[in-house]
Amino acid sequence: MTAEIVNIILRAMFVENLALAFLLGMCTYIAVSKRVETAIGLGIAVIVVQTITVPVNNLIYRYLLSPGALEWAGLGTMDLSYLRLIAFIGVIAAMIQILELSLARFFPVLHNALGIYLPLLTVNCAILGASLFMTQRDYVFVESVAYGFGVGAGWALAIIVFAAIRERLRYSDVPEGLQGLGMAFIVTGLLALGFVGFTGLEI
Amino acid sequence: MSFRRTFLDPLISANPITVQILGLCSALAVTSSLLPALIMSAAVISVLAFSNVAVSLLRDVIPRSVRLILQMTLIASAVIVVDEILKAFAPDVSRVLSVFVGLIITNCIVLSRVEAFAMQNDVRSSLLDGIGNGIGYSLILIPVATIREIFGSGTLLGYPVLPLASEDGWYTPNELFLLAPSAFFIIGLLIWWIRTLRSEQAERPEYELHSKEDQEPA
Repeated sequence: MTAEIVNIILRAMFVENLALAFLLGMCTYIAVSKRVETAIGLGIAVIVVQTITVPVNNLIYRYLLSPGALEWAGLGTMDLSYLRLIAFIGVIAAMIQILELSLARFFPVLHNALGIYLPLLTVNCAILGASLFMTQRDYVFVESVAYGFGVGAGWALAIIVFAAIRERLRYSDVPEGLQGLGMAFIVTGLLALGFVGFTGLEI
Repeated sequence: MSFRRTFLDPLISANPITVQILGLCSALAVTSSLLPALIMSAAVISVLAFSNVAVSLLRDVIPRSVRLILQMTLIASAVIVVDEILKAFAPDVSRVLSVFVGLIITNCIVLSRVEAFAMQNDVRSSLLDGIGNGIGYSLILIPVATIREIFGSGTLLGYPVLPLASEDGWYTPNELFLLAPSAFFIIGLLIWWIRTLRSEQAERPEYELHSKEDQEPA
């Protein structure tokens, strides 16, 4: 079991990195990677949000929405799985709101550091994407906790590395039309190429 | 703004992907072959048009404080309809697109057009703006998917274009084109090309570099 958990975390972090292999959360990834400090703050926020929302969505899907889940209410034939999109986005929005309020109350320093990025995570496709992949792969609760943490950590790793490269890139002589966005894509492509090398990683 | 400009601006000069930097995620992920990219474009155009029209119709009754939740709910409903239609009529493509249809909900193009345009404008221009932005998105998606499918598997829409070496042809498919990095490279180069043609879109460097001649001889 432990090996399985570690495997799920490693796969989610490296082999199936949400940013570099599935290209999710790209808008935030490109927009908020100009400085390493903000990238670290955002990375931590993503880890926390993923580790909470994926397991919560797992419980909701398993006990309310999946086909036959309403057995206990005498509605065994009901299939509410088409509602998962709207349910997940609601859970994510609510979780982020709760997280923001509790951070502001108990950890004001971290709250100030994350600033606007925390609420913006509601519309980050990496967060919703992780929950959808979780249902697709039928993870049980413990696996979903590991998966949530793994994808969060993988995304954080990707954005921090990218921000560090971008800080250096500022001093290089990039052709005019490639300046900024174009170069950001090429660098991300090279990073993704590196991550392709993790294919097959397992313990 | 005239209807014409509302419709034509998002195609190139305010293209959602290359200029507004919105909706990149799905743009990259579904482009390894052309058919899913076409279906995805159609899905995004219909979701954009529907949610823009719906929000524009309701713009005077939506209270400002809860507008985001209402907008998200409208968008999510549109996406669920598209997702169910795909599952019913094109199950194969729906399997290839997997979670990416659902992810149109969090596609920033949709929310930003709804928030920035449909909340202030009448129904007709909102509809045009939605369709225009959807087509602008497709204009990036389709060339990228075409390049990746031709060079990655030698086919286009599943029909052989380049005769494969494995079937007595001459072309050995370059499988790098099917992997994620190639999407980044192709979009990066596409942006470079567009910005060279329309230099007003190029970003200024954050620091000017001194040329060799300006420097003191060491």
